[in-house]
Amino acid sequence: MEATPKSACEACPQFNAAGLKKLGVNTTEFDFVVALAGNPNTGKSTVFNAITGLRQHTGNWPGKTVTRAEGAFEYNEQKYKMVDLPGTYSLLSTSEDEEVARNFLLFGQPSVTIIVVDASRLERNLNLVLQVLEITDRAVLCLNLMDEAKRNNLEIDTRTLARDLGIPVVPTSARFNKGIPELIQTISDLANGRIVCKPHRIKNIPKNIESAVQKLSTEIEKEFPNIPNSRWLAFRLLEGDSHVIEMLRKGELIEELQ
Amino acid sequence: MNNVDNLINLSKDLRWQIGDDFHDNLAEGIYADAAEIVKDSVHKKDENKKLRLDATIDRIVTSRVWGFPIMFLILAVVLWLTIVGANYPSSMLATLLLDTVHPFLRSMAVAASFPAWLSGFLIDGVYLAVAWVIAVMLPPMAIFFPLFTLLEDFGYLPRVAFNLDYLFKKSGAHGKQALTMSMGFGCNAAGVVATRIIDSPRERLIAIITNNFSLCNGRWPTQILIATIFVGAVVPKAFSGIASLGAVIGIAVLGMAFMFFVSWGLSKTVLKGEVSTFNLELPPYRPPRFWKTIYTSLIDRTLIVLWRAIVFAAPAGAVIWLISNIHIGDLSIAAWSIDFLDPFGFLLGLNGVILLAYVVAIPANEIVIPTILMLTVMVTGISGGEGAGVMFELDSVTATGDILKAGGWTLLTAINLMLFSLLHNPCSTTIYTIYKETKSVKWTTIASILPVILGFIVTFLVAQIWRLF
Repeated sequence: MEATPKSACEACPQFNAAGLKKLGVNTTEFDFVVALAGNPNTGKSTVFNAITGLRQHTGNWPGKTVTRAEGAFEYNEQKYKMVDLPGTYSLLSTSEDEEVARNFLLFGQPSVTIIVVDASRLERNLNLVLQVLEITDRAVLCLNLMDEAKRNNLEIDTRTLARDLGIPVVPTSARFNKGIPELIQTISDLANGRIVCKPHRIKNIPKNIESAVQKLSTEIEKEFPNIPNSRWLAFRLLEGDSHVIEMLRKGELIEELQ
Repeated sequence: MNNVDNLINLSKDLRWQIGDDFHDNLAEGIYADAAEIVKDSVHKKDENKKLRLDATIDRIVTSRVWGFPIMFLILAVVLWLTIVGANYPSSMLATLLLDTVHPFLRSMAVAASFPAWLSGFLIDGVYLAVAWVIAVMLPPMAIFFPLFTLLEDFGYLPRVAFNLDYLFKKSGAHGKQALTMSMGFGCNAAGVVATRIIDSPRERLIAIITNNFSLCNGRWPTQILIATIFVGAVVPKAFSGIASLGAVIGIAVLGMAFMFFVSWGLSKTVLKGEVSTFNLELPPYRPPRFWKTIYTSLIDRTLIVLWRAIVFAAPAGAVIWLISNIHIGDLSIAAWSIDFLDPFGFLLGLNGVILLAYVVAIPANEIVIPTILMLTVMVTGISGGEGAGVMFELDSVTATGDILKAGGWTLLTAINLMLFSLLHNPCSTTIYTIYKETKSVKWTTIASILPVILGFIVTFLVAQIWRLF
């Protein structure tokens, strides 16, 4: 089953296919946690399967993955645990799947977050990407379904995109195993600090809101100096997220974040 | 701690200052950023034709006129391929497992001088039950599941949800229930797990309770066999195939009707509430990767469901053998129970054998027919089986029909059996899954009992009306 045809790229030593070991569900000891986020129906589960060697069924309907699925792989003698989050369009609402995804990104503190997007529907998908980038510093954009985008005559300038988003961008066609070695290499570079991100922060916010966010996030940083995503916490507090407020009150938030 | 309270108070003040359109402003800001980024990095070479093709397909399969006929046509094709395609491998497996391996095991037991009760219990009870389940279930599942998965991967299921949404909304249920219903056609336990995609607890409960009305994989073979023997026989031979296929689809559609009716009843009584709105993206059609899909659906679905059936069939086979061979007075336990259940069965247009078979077969729907055959042979005393409490399959459909007719079966018995197979308690795996998902004894009980009560009512009414004419 795994005897997929090898492309010239995969045979190239730079991709170090020999360094990769798919560990399936064996997630016992690991050096890094990798979260997999993305809109529904962008092929998240396919990317997950391609990397872990698992065979989670991947149906073509939104909402296929209802809980977190976990798997693992080993690359260059480092073990990575992968968490496949439910697909969501946004992280701003209160539905159960969005809460699972949001809380994992916020409190699970993944070492690297892969954001899977549908290359043909990039603009719509960026909504989630920009929200994730408010939460986390180490992320890679997996520009999936490139085969479809090509058929739709779309050309995507990945360099400009990477520069604008401030994170590496890897084009893939996970269904055909294309781009997966590059993705794994990028994950490893991010996890080991060989690539440093400067994630895009949301700019087009009305002035009064921006100043409120800044005021609040400065206060949050004063209270909790080591917090990585004070701006996102400020967003949540302004939104009135009862879960975050509750955790703040109980002091759990800090434990979780440190 | 005080500082935290200050923080929260500050956030409250600020929220007051910026007004209540914070959420909208934030969302708009994000979209504005997204549009800027895309403008610089994405270039469209020309109008894309693929999207237009998708839109054209969607216009047809979700149209008011063609949506439903196409759905039924696809269901019919899938069923027809399953019924016709499963015949040959089924009879080959039956020849191998029942006519070759079974006598061989028996002679081995004789050679090893097993006591008669032990070889009866193990080989005629446990082994035969398992062999039957493999021979009868494996081929249809190996065809039905991959076909279903191909449709799923192609992207057809969300269109089904789109077509049925109006009906679900009318019955006070969630539109995504169409998806969990479709999963139920494969396996009700899987359908119940899939209800997690429904956010509202009220609508999720409705979806769980009514999932059993999706005819599951353990029940398709029963429907197909009985329809072939009895419904196919009342029309001229040339049309018997179409008549039996029509009967099976009729039962499946009736199940859907019951799903809407019960959903409606629940949402008007114990599970009152508003219908929640939701967005369902119609994903682009994607040509499924054929072999990969076949492989994963065989491994992940077929073998797992088959394994479950075997695990449940083995002890059931043992129980059948035991109740047929342990005697109280001059009759076996099975004979006592059948005598006791017979008058009740008559009221429902069924008989004691069928009712007892449904009690024995609670763990797995797929062993209902072999149990019925075995018990019928025992009651009528005709030869054809291999002895008391031995589960067997007869080589031809005609021979099966002869036994059932000798047991006093009529067209009414057959139709009511098909109805009762649709409307009875879920199998024990599904019941357990319902409990795990709802964590409530009350709802699990309702989900288990409600279909049986409906089954009793429906078969009773059909029997009474039938006998009037």
